[in-house]
Amino acid sequence: MNNQDDGAENSLLEHNCAMREYSVGEILRERGVSRRDFLKFCSAMTAAMALPVTFAPKVAQALDEVKRPPLVWLEFQDCAGDTEALLRSANPTVGEIVLDILSVDYHETIMAAAGHQAEAALEKTITDYRGKYLCVVEGSIPMRDGGVYGCVGGKSHLYRARQVCGGALATIAVGTCASFGGIPAAVPNPTGAVGVKEAVPGATVINLPGCPVNADNLTATVVHYLVFGKIPALDGHGRPLFAYGKRIHDNCERRPHFDAGQYVEQWGDDGHRKGFCLYRMGCKGPATFHNCPTQRYNDKTSWPVGSGHGCAGCSEPAFWDTMGPLYKRLPNVPGFGIEHTADKIGIGLAAGAAAAFAVHGALNAIRRDKEPSDENREG
Amino acid sequence: MAKIVVDPITRIEGHLRIEAEITDGRITDAWSSSTMFRGIEKILKGRDPRDAWFWTQRFCGVCTTVHSIASIRAVEDALRIKIPPNAQLIRNIIIGIQNVQDHVIHFYHLHALDWVDVTSALKADPAKTQALAASLSDWPNNSATYFQSVQDKLKAFVASGRLGPFANAYWGHPAYKLPPEANLMATAHYLEALEWQKDVIRIHAILGSKNPHPQTFLVGGMSIPIDPDSQNALNADKLMEIKRLLKKAQDFVEKVYIPDLLAVASFYKDWAAIGGGVGNFLSYGEFPDAAGNQWLPQGAILGKDISKVLPVDQKKVAEYVDHSWFEYKNGPEKGLHPWDGESEASYSGPKPPYEYLDTDKKYSWVKAPRYDEKAMEVGPLARVLVAYASGHKEAKAAVDMVLNKLGVGPEALFSTLGRTGARGIDCLLVARQTPKWLDELIANIAKGDYRIHANEKWDPSEWPAEASGYGWHEAPRGALGHWIKIKDQKILNYQAVVPSTWNASPRDAKGQRGPYEAALIGTPVADPAKPLEILRTVHSFDPCLACAVHVVDATGNEVIKVTVS
Repeated sequence: MNNQDDGAENSLLEHNCAMREYSVGEILRERGVSRRDFLKFCSAMTAAMALPVTFAPKVAQALDEVKRPPLVWLEFQDCAGDTEALLRSANPTVGEIVLDILSVDYHETIMAAAGHQAEAALEKTITDYRGKYLCVVEGSIPMRDGGVYGCVGGKSHLYRARQVCGGALATIAVGTCASFGGIPAAVPNPTGAVGVKEAVPGATVINLPGCPVNADNLTATVVHYLVFGKIPALDGHGRPLFAYGKRIHDNCERRPHFDAGQYVEQWGDDGHRKGFCLYRMGCKGPATFHNCPTQRYNDKTSWPVGSGHGCAGCSEPAFWDTMGPLYKRLPNVPGFGIEHTADKIGIGLAAGAAAAFAVHGALNAIRRDKEPSDENREG
Repeated sequence: MAKIVVDPITRIEGHLRIEAEITDGRITDAWSSSTMFRGIEKILKGRDPRDAWFWTQRFCGVCTTVHSIASIRAVEDALRIKIPPNAQLIRNIIIGIQNVQDHVIHFYHLHALDWVDVTSALKADPAKTQALAASLSDWPNNSATYFQSVQDKLKAFVASGRLGPFANAYWGHPAYKLPPEANLMATAHYLEALEWQKDVIRIHAILGSKNPHPQTFLVGGMSIPIDPDSQNALNADKLMEIKRLLKKAQDFVEKVYIPDLLAVASFYKDWAAIGGGVGNFLSYGEFPDAAGNQWLPQGAILGKDISKVLPVDQKKVAEYVDHSWFEYKNGPEKGLHPWDGESEASYSGPKPPYEYLDTDKKYSWVKAPRYDEKAMEVGPLARVLVAYASGHKEAKAAVDMVLNKLGVGPEALFSTLGRTGARGIDCLLVARQTPKWLDELIANIAKGDYRIHANEKWDPSEWPAEASGYGWHEAPRGALGHWIKIKDQKILNYQAVVPSTWNASPRDAKGQRGPYEAALIGTPVADPAKPLEILRTVHSFDPCLACAVHVVDATGNEVIKVTVS
């Protein structure tokens, strides 16, 4: 836009006119993102989605063609940790996600508008793009006592969830609270908190649990949709296989120490300093499906085991009650160091997941990606 | 008189709603309400006290380390555990960079749009913007080409017709006073700060696996091992990376944040007389050295009297629920000390969807904490005032520098602008000090001290049958306290009195307003349909909960509907 006239500019801003559609590639070029950087991003996304490297050009081509889809981000019983995770995303950065790749039309923590004007922005998007917008939900939804434990703009979270998720193309539940109820749903669950799928059974929901979500997995899910035009293959808990198809324990850099029977026995001991296995200090890696060891956090800097602390199991449903206490050795894995026993847990989980996956798949009305399939699943 | 409601108050953490009465263009009364409840304190009962930090960390994902710190300190206090010097120093570095990163995000991404009109930046002359920036700082990115490229990006974004998070804001509001060049400079730094914050906070990932929600805290110390001869521990390579990032943090604060803050503030000096609030300030003090002496002092200031700093006694903290959706077993009249605190939810507000809360009765999920029965403001302003009034050398120099540059006296600190300025001062002090704790850590490691954890009381069989303790922390948003009672190795009671509970507090038994409510009184509102001024004062506290504001007619009958084009 070259017009410097005040009036024209303001009216442009106020009326959201000129609804010309741009492809992501076009928009990035306009923003001064080089072709090289764009391809680098595509390669990173290809890796995050656990696709072969040869897919990178296809990702680039697809992103070049798709338009900037509208996205609304709802916060319910949350701590904003998943929003903060988004702010830390490195490849692409939050600036690129929010301004270039998507049109983030509603997000309480970052949006400029407030009050009625903020709510109006939400209403406009879900009306104008009904069935076409993406929805991200952060935080659980309190069901008890008519939803009085969570309101925005005088409306209950449950009302908003049903209205917005119900009309979305797909809903991405980020973090363990939105996926499964999370910490508010821990015993005794004072507010009757549940995840999105339970509150809005008819909605198409992709769960990205983790406390918080790994922003790279969120981006990869969105890119998967932009590239393939459908949501990724999910496990029985609604989690994309590309990110939750393998157990922490299987990809852990300390796995050789587990197999060799070398354990940390005390914080700060020789084994702790040398990076031995944290199983005896309560690590829940053998029972947790998540790509933390390979994807890592904060521009791939580290992950919990990397800082000498065991995995808490935060991507598993009800982990707050079933995985704790934090420093207690995993129950039902009495023969630590015996690979077979630890694997049994994995087999049990994967078998349950497979059964649920079959039911879920049959019920799901929308198209589903069948790749990657078996070679990326455990069992 | 008209009553307005802002709900949701955006650009904060959580769910906050403000209802305010307006007479002759000024706020005459206000009510602050938090509209979300999770009940985590109740969920904690019966759990392992060593796990409490991991649970309470989830109170907040923005100030994501602060509850972990307060929690482990509370358990360590209860069990009389003294942590090794290295653990103390690592905690100080984690607290320090949390403070610096959080304040910068607040200024640019949560607060700036209350003062900066992004649309005006489109009209700026990039060469003049460069000249303005050069007069303030020698930051190397401040070139005319750089500002031109930001403006081009902005133009392309606007031309797409889809403004995303910038749609529907109060752009063009008469209360925006910055010239186009200052708006362009601030917008460019908004984007730059977005990149910067994700880099500098990698310190948390190096020391604690990830951010948000670093996983490295332990009752008794830290989980990150130290061993210069191991690739799985804190070694020279990682320490140098932290050093580099701390330098990057300090540079940005000194050369971008503080110059921008002073430049913006110079156009809004009228806000040094608005938003004063309750006038009582509380700081718990922070950054203990190996002997437990705090670098920033503890203290209370009453009635804006900075000639006296009073000592703080934890027994004087009590919470009231007269206007909060909770019930106490023995009735609401008497406030409860946190050790005896109760969190029994009892909602009596309107059934959603609703237009207004019944502000004469109970109207918030936030309790009303009081210190010696007084409402207290906490946060960077309280922290800086207590340090300044205590004669803290660096604090005094930084405060005087800011006051001199703006040509105002100390009384200007008691305001919306003072609160926003004090946050910058706090950030500057901590950004300069944190590298010193890293140097101390390195020196300690060089002496061969690799200890990071006190193991003696890790096993619960070493604990007394009953114990109680409290842990205090000066979080970015202010005085934070966790109180714990332990019985038979389990949590018997757990209460957290957090900064935004102090600041967002509703009225108490005596009808005393909380700090947001008090600060809003007298705030001018040019257009009740676009209450930008409410956002300025509320955001100056950096709220850590989500809320909303709308407007009602004088008679209480007619709601002024805000029309949106």
